[in-house]
Amino acid sequence: MSTETETPFGEPTDDIERKRLIGRVFVAICFASTLVGIVALVALIADVLYESWGWVTWEFLTYPPSQVVENFMPDARGAGIYPAIVGSVFLIALTAVFTIFLGVGAAVYLEEYAAESRLKSFIEANIANLAGVPSIVYGLLGLAIFVRAVQMGSSLIAGALTLTLLILPIVIVSTQEALRAVPDSQRQAAYGVGATKWQVIRDVVLPRALPGIMTGTILSLSRAIGETAPILMVGASTSLFVAPDGLTSPFSAMPMTVFDWAKRPEPEFQHIAAAGIVVLLTILLLMNAVAILIRNKYDPRA
Amino acid sequence: MSGADRTVNISNGNSEVNDRTSSIVKYVFFSCALVTVLTTLAIILVLVQGSFVFFREVSIVEYFTGTDWSPVIRPRSYGVLPLIWGTLVITLGSALIALPVGTATAIYLSEYADPDVRKVIKPTLEILAGIPTIVYGFFALSFITPLIQRVFPETGTFNAAAGAIVVGVMIIPMVSSLSEDAMSSVPDDLRNAAYGLGATKFEVSTNVVVPSALSGIIASYILALSRAIGETMAVTLAVGMSPQITANPLESMQTMTAYMVQIGISDVSIGSIGYQSLFAVGLTLFAMTLAMNLFSLWIKSRYREEYQ
Amino acid sequence: MTANRGQGATTETRTDSSTESVTERVAGSPGVDDAVIESRDLKVFYGDDQALQGIDMEIPEKQVTALIGPSGCGKSTYLRSINRMNDLIDVARVEGDLYFHGKNVYDDDVDPVALRRKVGMVFQKPNPFPKSIFDNVAYGLRVQGKDDGDVEGKVRQALERAALLDEVEDQLDSSGLDLSGGQQQRLCIARAIATDPEVVLMDEPASALDPVATSKIEDLVEELSRNYTVVIVTHNMQQAARISDKTAVFLTGGHLAEFDDTSKIFENPESQRVEDYITGKFG
Repeated sequence: MSTETETPFGEPTDDIERKRLIGRVFVAICFASTLVGIVALVALIADVLYESWGWVTWEFLTYPPSQVVENFMPDARGAGIYPAIVGSVFLIALTAVFTIFLGVGAAVYLEEYAAESRLKSFIEANIANLAGVPSIVYGLLGLAIFVRAVQMGSSLIAGALTLTLLILPIVIVSTQEALRAVPDSQRQAAYGVGATKWQVIRDVVLPRALPGIMTGTILSLSRAIGETAPILMVGASTSLFVAPDGLTSPFSAMPMTVFDWAKRPEPEFQHIAAAGIVVLLTILLLMNAVAILIRNKYDPRA
Repeated sequence: MSGADRTVNISNGNSEVNDRTSSIVKYVFFSCALVTVLTTLAIILVLVQGSFVFFREVSIVEYFTGTDWSPVIRPRSYGVLPLIWGTLVITLGSALIALPVGTATAIYLSEYADPDVRKVIKPTLEILAGIPTIVYGFFALSFITPLIQRVFPETGTFNAAAGAIVVGVMIIPMVSSLSEDAMSSVPDDLRNAAYGLGATKFEVSTNVVVPSALSGIIASYILALSRAIGETMAVTLAVGMSPQITANPLESMQTMTAYMVQIGISDVSIGSIGYQSLFAVGLTLFAMTLAMNLFSLWIKSRYREEYQ
Repeated sequence: MTANRGQGATTETRTDSSTESVTERVAGSPGVDDAVIESRDLKVFYGDDQALQGIDMEIPEKQVTALIGPSGCGKSTYLRSINRMNDLIDVARVEGDLYFHGKNVYDDDVDPVALRRKVGMVFQKPNPFPKSIFDNVAYGLRVQGKDDGDVEGKVRQALERAALLDEVEDQLDSSGLDLSGGQQQRLCIARAIATDPEVVLMDEPASALDPVATSKIEDLVEELSRNYTVVIVTHNMQQAARISDKTAVFLTGGHLAEFDDTSKIFENPESQRVEDYITGKFG
């Protein structure tokens, strides 16, 4: 349409037209790429739901596993994932206790106490590196230190300590961010009325940063609950028929049980594994929902 | 005397208790931070010590040059190359998917998408990174592999292609989110400068924004690759446990991580050569990921200097 | 030709030929015989806020036109509407006409990219690309497909005209970010003129610079007006008085209070408000 109009903008309109065409193709490619991730996510969820359809029953949630496929069927004797659910809950509760103590402590040290020194940057670089260490290496660490050297055996507490070390770097970094978001004026106000450093931290900084700390910690714990490799190396059981009843008792966990089912050749176990995944993802979803609720409720920007 | 009475006491004498609490608290917090340093030391110690025992029995030369890996089943041989090969195939295969897709996604989100659309799509993609890797393994076995088998019927139940695909999908959000952050932090001044010269939006995106964000983009690539190298459960389920050097991605292979799982779930006795091999393989894996993480940190620190 | 966007009464009374519309001047507007840019009832809105209130102005060829006024008066908005940089702001909306060589740049068939190739721009803050000095200047040539033939010659000529060549001659391959602020701004000017546009828009180009660098930029602006039409926004009245041939005074709310020869504006302005502003009674 513009080819015949005499514009003062000179000759190279063809060139621009061509570039615009390339540009449109380019946007289409970028948009299609964005869809790749979305489609994969939808396919994954649809696949899990499809495979698990009809297998997630009340019995599945409340019975121990079985080697016999028939037991998982509806109206059968009943078999499921119960010990692994309890194992995972205990595991995460213990991990939460250790992580909050260590993670908040380390973050408070780095943000409130440590001077801008070589030591601080060394510790922070070290934390960044730890966050990139493969989870199975943490499993080896847990195996060699907690299971063997400290003689905890393949116990719940060994698993929890291993997971603690795994998520500690993420918790520290997110807690540091929460502490940094506390305005300095709040600290100064407390110092101004004669509070000591520890009182300032305890009475002003930590309460104010708590929602951020909780959000980051819950998100990290939701990563821990899905981890298989570390607890596998520590020796989590795949076929445990009772729930753990103490810190030192052997344990199973949901991802471990799912792994055991998924690698079996019988096609029915694919459905059972899918059912286990549905339970695992549901718990993950709940944890994330809680984290987001806390963030939205207390976020000063919201 | 009365004068001294009226002196206000601002020496620290009356706050001794507070002082002691404060310094105890400080040391408690410091020990928490120290745990992270001890963790690194412990990882290195455990891996080196375990490997040391392993290499008393096995020659380092054989370990790094041998092409046959069978430390548990006789005839035993200890060439780690097949495991490294498996890891490389998965890493490169996943990179082939995640790097272009992730970069293009980042460009779309940073330069083209409506802010409201971006606010929905970015966290949605990040869900991919939050799904447990065991679920990806299941997804590979129950969906991706059957799909590949429809095109190439000779594909085995366990194959490298399915593993590379699911790992690729898993690391897309690492590339897209971190690259998008880098692109969004390119100052608008630069975009305006290019528009003012008569550049089209396509040119602004590709020859101004992407080059300016390059170090951030590359750092995201390295982090994603390092994650792919260390990825365990998905590749164990999808790729299988056959250590072999083959160029055919439709065959089963074994990665370093999958080998560690294999030993982890088997009942090799502690102290045996099979058990010790865990630490040698673990150390190899740790060294590779550590090198990549340090490289990525170095690139990021350079990038920060550039924009200040 | 397609209809003018979002605009009725004023455009219908005119034909599209620029020569006729030039003769049909708005009362009070000074005579400019060789106007390159001409705006008619130009209004710009940012969302619900109106930033420009129907501006009529004619900008002469190969002269320096300064746009002055207190902050928030719309002078930068006017500048950015000339090469349609306002298009890049989502909430911005333009009504009225702006003619470049008699062609309304807000017509539907006008490609803003083609327009910007003729109307270059220099920004408030120096914004060199994180590339070498050479590549910065050559970038516009590459984008516009003018990188055949003597790129190096064109780059050197642009640097020469921007009075920067002597200082950077032996470091063309080093990064543009390594230069001082004043040098960076002259680099940006070189980048803008390398492609040989007709008009160079400058948005407070010296506001981020020290006095020495500022005076170099001012000398350069006068020099540039031999070859280019220069429109410069400045908050510095002395600067406008020193370097411009015409001055437009914008006052708060996006009104054009007065537009005339610079000497007239500074010595004998028509309106009291402009006089008050010039003499520093407000602003």
